[in-house]
Amino acid sequence: MSSVSFSFDPQWLHVLSASFMTNAFVAGLCIAVAAGVMGYFTIARQSTFAAHALAHIGLPGATGAVLLGLPVSLGLGTFALGGALIIGALGKRASQREIATGTVLAFATGLGLFFARLSSSASQQMQSILFGSILTITTDQLIGFAIFDVVLLLLLSMIYRPLLFSSLDEQVAQAKGVPIGWMNIAFMAMMSGVITIAVPAVGTLLIFALVITPAATANIVTTTPFKAMLTASCSVWWPFGAAWCSQPCFPPLQALSS
Amino acid sequence: MTAHALNENGNTSEDAAIILRDAAVQRGDRVIWQNGSFSIPYGSVTAIVGTNGAGKTTMMQAELGLIPLSHGTMSILGKPAGADNLHIGYVPQSYTSDIDSNLTAEQSVLLGLTGTKFGIHLITRQQRNKVREAMAFVGIEDKARYRLSELSGGLRQRVAIAQALVSDPKLLMLDEPLANLDLASQRATIQVLTKLNRELGMTIQVVAHDLNMLLPILTGAVYLLDGHPHYAAMDDVLDAKLLTHLYGTTVQVVTTPQGDMFVTPGLDERDKANLDTHKPSELAKMHHHCSSEMQDARNSQLSHPSGAAETSDFAADHESDSKDSTDNSIEQETDTHNSHSTQFNR
Repeated sequence: MSSVSFSFDPQWLHVLSASFMTNAFVAGLCIAVAAGVMGYFTIARQSTFAAHALAHIGLPGATGAVLLGLPVSLGLGTFALGGALIIGALGKRASQREIATGTVLAFATGLGLFFARLSSSASQQMQSILFGSILTITTDQLIGFAIFDVVLLLLLSMIYRPLLFSSLDEQVAQAKGVPIGWMNIAFMAMMSGVITIAVPAVGTLLIFALVITPAATANIVTTTPFKAMLTASCSVWWPFGAAWCSQPCFPPLQALSS
Repeated sequence: MTAHALNENGNTSEDAAIILRDAAVQRGDRVIWQNGSFSIPYGSVTAIVGTNGAGKTTMMQAELGLIPLSHGTMSILGKPAGADNLHIGYVPQSYTSDIDSNLTAEQSVLLGLTGTKFGIHLITRQQRNKVREAMAFVGIEDKARYRLSELSGGLRQRVAIAQALVSDPKLLMLDEPLANLDLASQRATIQVLTKLNRELGMTIQVVAHDLNMLLPILTGAVYLLDGHPHYAAMDDVLDAKLLTHLYGTTVQVVTTPQGDMFVTPGLDERDKANLDTHKPSELAKMHHHCSSEMQDARNSQLSHPSGAAETSDFAADHESDSKDSTDNSIEQETDTHNSHSTQFNR
């Protein structure tokens, strides 16, 4: 750490306008929107552990994909979605689900490491899968992020009220005819999508900091779901924005976001 | 099923709010209860009573169509169970512990109106007024901007009732609405229920352990006894023998100047109390709960007053001196329960 020295870079404007910086900035924006919106429901549904576990369940998918020479996002998304559907089908009751979730989490993490050890390329990618690397986001990935955000917001606006109702009181919502099983599966599936787009930027270990912490903070300072989501999205985004603006210290981005 | 006149007597079973015909519920291989056949009239206030694990909550869930019947039929508001749930307001037991939401009371009540709608909807002025009306009805209009997590258990429960009310239900179901509430909150809840029943003619069903608070408004009770649900009008339920068997501990019905109430003996007496103080022949009578047989049971009891289990005659006892009909231990119990006692106006 002694070699780290913060100093003013007279070329800062030039660095900021570099394409990888712009990509990182836009990626941060896309992830912030998705993470902030889903973070609110994660907390409302008391599913923080499941959300955290989903990122780890995606890990063997990511390293396995590298092993097979497939895109990381594909393996990650497949595993995260599969895990989401299983956890979602198990029902909302966290007390009944936590042991199963924890067991699957441990198994998935071990499997992920196993896959990583099987090939040298996966081993090299391990660092970026665990901690992400927002500065290597490509323009193609950005287009995928943007499409995902649009789909997520559309879907969420369609099921917003029933999802909120079932998050508030599952029994009453069920009695009133809300399909709570489907709401749960839809929520977990959307969550796996958020993880798939967020992992390339922040990694599986730090995703909690983007989804849960800002939403929990927003819950304290605001009273309506909409304001809470907006606040959460803004507070997810500010580390990216801050990193963008204070480029001399952009490597410790993760430190800022967590 | 459009215009249901309030049918206080419930003479015609076809016009009843809740009809069970030989209904049974199973979970796995275990039969929760069976042989349930009764009809509950519109405009009634019914308690579901029974010991822990007797299947009271199961009864409500079956009525909501959330649990399938393993046998028989169940008709709620003239339709099969679960088919008309939009006209049923349901307040589950979990409101005090589970809900730790940052939603405000007003938003929570609003979900009772809009929570089942998919798609994008703007909230209309009419809906807002409806929410305000429901909150005013249960007396929490000043708490609209508070978050649920900031409200006390009693207030949260009233939010839950307002949420159930806002969609104009014909039938209101409450699971243990008085549990975990202090006396003032219990009284406030009862007042809300009384208003709903008397002013709006709403049919109400309540799962409850302590009937004393509810006695003034109850018109009948569903009691789950030995694995069978029964329905009886309130006169027949307020029977010391039945209650003793129902609760598995000695229960006495006493008449106080404030009205009828039932009490359990003091702790020192409980040792002597038999958990089941009935002979099989007496039990057989209780299972045939036709009012005539129940009347017989009560008459025979009146002709052999035991003192320990006194059944009061409701028609003419308002002037009677409670000291005559109760022994000293009951008198003490009555004193300690005075704050609980409620009038049973007839």
